[in-house]
Amino acid sequence: MKTKMLLAGVTAGVMFAGSVLASTLDDVRARGKLNCIINTGLAGFAAPDDKGNWTGFDVDFCRAVAAATLGDANKVNYTTATGKTRFTKLAAGEGELLSRNTTWTFSRDVDLSQTFIGVNYYDGQGFMVPKALGVKSAKGLDGASVCIQTGTTTELNLAEFFAGNNIKYNPVPIETNAEAQELYKAGRCDVYTTDASGLYATMMSFDNPSDHMVLPEIVSKEPLGPVVRHGDDQWADIVAWVLRAMMAGEEKGITSKNVKELAAKDNKDKEINRLLGKDPLQGLSKLGLSADWAVNVISQVGNYQESFEKHLFPLTIKRGMNALYRDGGLHYIPPIK
Amino acid sequence: MSEKIYKPGNYPDLPPPPGTVGVYGWIRQNLFSSISNSLLTIISVVLLYYLIDGIIGWFFLDAVFDADSKIACRKIDDGACWAVITRRVGQFVYGFYPEAERWRIDITFLTMFIAFAPLLYPDIPKRKWLLYFSLFYPFFAFVLIMGGYFGLQKIEYSLFGGFMLTVILGVCGIVCSLPLGILLALGRQSNLTVVRTLSVCFIEFMRGVPLITLLFVASSMLNYFLPPGTNFSILVRVIIMFTFFSAAYIAEVIRGGIQAIPKGQYEAADALGMNYWQKTRFITLPQALKISIPGIVNTFIGLYKDTTLVVVIGLLDPLGIGRAALADTKWNGLSTETYLFVALFFFVSCFAMSRYSLWLENKLNTDKK
Repeated sequence: MKTKMLLAGVTAGVMFAGSVLASTLDDVRARGKLNCIINTGLAGFAAPDDKGNWTGFDVDFCRAVAAATLGDANKVNYTTATGKTRFTKLAAGEGELLSRNTTWTFSRDVDLSQTFIGVNYYDGQGFMVPKALGVKSAKGLDGASVCIQTGTTTELNLAEFFAGNNIKYNPVPIETNAEAQELYKAGRCDVYTTDASGLYATMMSFDNPSDHMVLPEIVSKEPLGPVVRHGDDQWADIVAWVLRAMMAGEEKGITSKNVKELAAKDNKDKEINRLLGKDPLQGLSKLGLSADWAVNVISQVGNYQESFEKHLFPLTIKRGMNALYRDGGLHYIPPIK
Repeated sequence: MSEKIYKPGNYPDLPPPPGTVGVYGWIRQNLFSSISNSLLTIISVVLLYYLIDGIIGWFFLDAVFDADSKIACRKIDDGACWAVITRRVGQFVYGFYPEAERWRIDITFLTMFIAFAPLLYPDIPKRKWLLYFSLFYPFFAFVLIMGGYFGLQKIEYSLFGGFMLTVILGVCGIVCSLPLGILLALGRQSNLTVVRTLSVCFIEFMRGVPLITLLFVASSMLNYFLPPGTNFSILVRVIIMFTFFSAAYIAEVIRGGIQAIPKGQYEAADALGMNYWQKTRFITLPQALKISIPGIVNTFIGLYKDTTLVVVIGLLDPLGIGRAALADTKWNGLSTETYLFVALFFFVSCFAMSRYSLWLENKLNTDKK
């Protein structure tokens, strides 16, 4: 078996040795489509609609990169990946961009040789309880039974949080997330814990979402962001600045509705002019993008706020940490000059 | 009390005593033969009534068959919300295959029956001509599904999904693994040391490794051997793994069949001066395969259901499509409906396979009649 695989590898290697590795941007342009790796289905982040079009917060980012590089947000091939296969798919070149609620950690960044280009969603582990329990803070959960997926970082975070606050709890260990939801629904445990975005998605799947609430404490850091392969700085820069352009759009009040209008006139705020291609942006040619890249992104996909409100507000997720710095959040982007 | 005395002779048949025949008699004998039986019957009927009433109510009477979202469903009625299926039936069947090109899948699927007919039913008229079509069919199906030739639009494999993906994986795996399995079974019985050792190693390795591991090898490990950017479709890799895996099992099933043939059969063949291939073709395989039918079909059904494992490597089979549908905020939480629908599909196809195998067994059951 292994020999066979090795043989297959060598044969394919010989066959493809002729093709010299071009830059990622050239590959994408030559193909006319961006290959984007997304989740197999996560409420708010990536899910197909009834017509089979993928939509969601992470999908929007794929579309934004396609809009910037190809001028058309619809020129995306979506490849779905599970948590276990996403990095190998990226490494194997099945996609140029991994936009799949991926937590940025040291070992993923360094050991797996990939480049995390920023954070598009600050997540963190939270707690959900039925309102009938009458608890307003996670510190009031003394003696509660908690449904917890075994062998995950979630389990460790939970233990650390409760030990640090000197609270006792009864863990109800389970194998999968779906099972945890069923147990919670059946009332087998008082508390359900996972990433806050997942809690909101779970809550929406209940028949009476308003009977439950997510407690204010967030006990872990889960910065989620898009990922690209190591080794092509031009491509990493493109992806990074597409994300920043979406946030700059929100910061400067550029929306999908007014972007064409703002791009056509001379604005007082020179940063808007540079972003929208009215004034020259030094170095843009090095990225290989046309002057209207940001106009394409914002007109076809929208700015960060529009994308967030469209996909995550229906899950009753609030901006919180994901607001811009001036609104008390964590998103602070470098100036575009 | 005087008993009637019958003298020897012919008398007309009398009807059985009243109350022992017909519906009434059956009910009395089977359901109300004693007090405890009568009690049990009454309790069961009451329980069944509530159960069936609830099930039919949920499935049909209170169910909503078309609505825009789960919330809209709940506003109409509180039974099952089948709208998640009816609104997405295209996705469940074809995955993300472009809507305008779906006729290609329909044709491939329908012609598949024509291609299989001469293989599955030996008595079919014009069998010889149909067999030529069967030979040609794999190329026909490949071109039609993948596109890229004869002006057909090329379709990316990442758009494949749903029942279509299950059928492609299942049928390819089944069709390729049977011949491979036969060869392996013969190889394992061979007198040639190299052939025998290789067959044994292959079979034991494949049987000793969980299928899910092989799928991870297909999706992840192979990438380390292949240069980046190699477009060796994951679909083909997965089909190869499925084929290898089930071929190993088939080989063992057929080996069992071969060993069940009485030794006299081989000796008779040798006495007739048959060579190895003649012996295999006319003596061994016809008998061995007939014995192995239940085992082979068992393996096929297992393989067919195992195709759902591709969900762990990110391919969207019906279960994956179902999960993706549940991730849509509109349909969030309708897991019962979705999973029941997928289960129904698998039940129908697996049941058909097992019925066919029963039919074939009866047809080939020549020695015990």
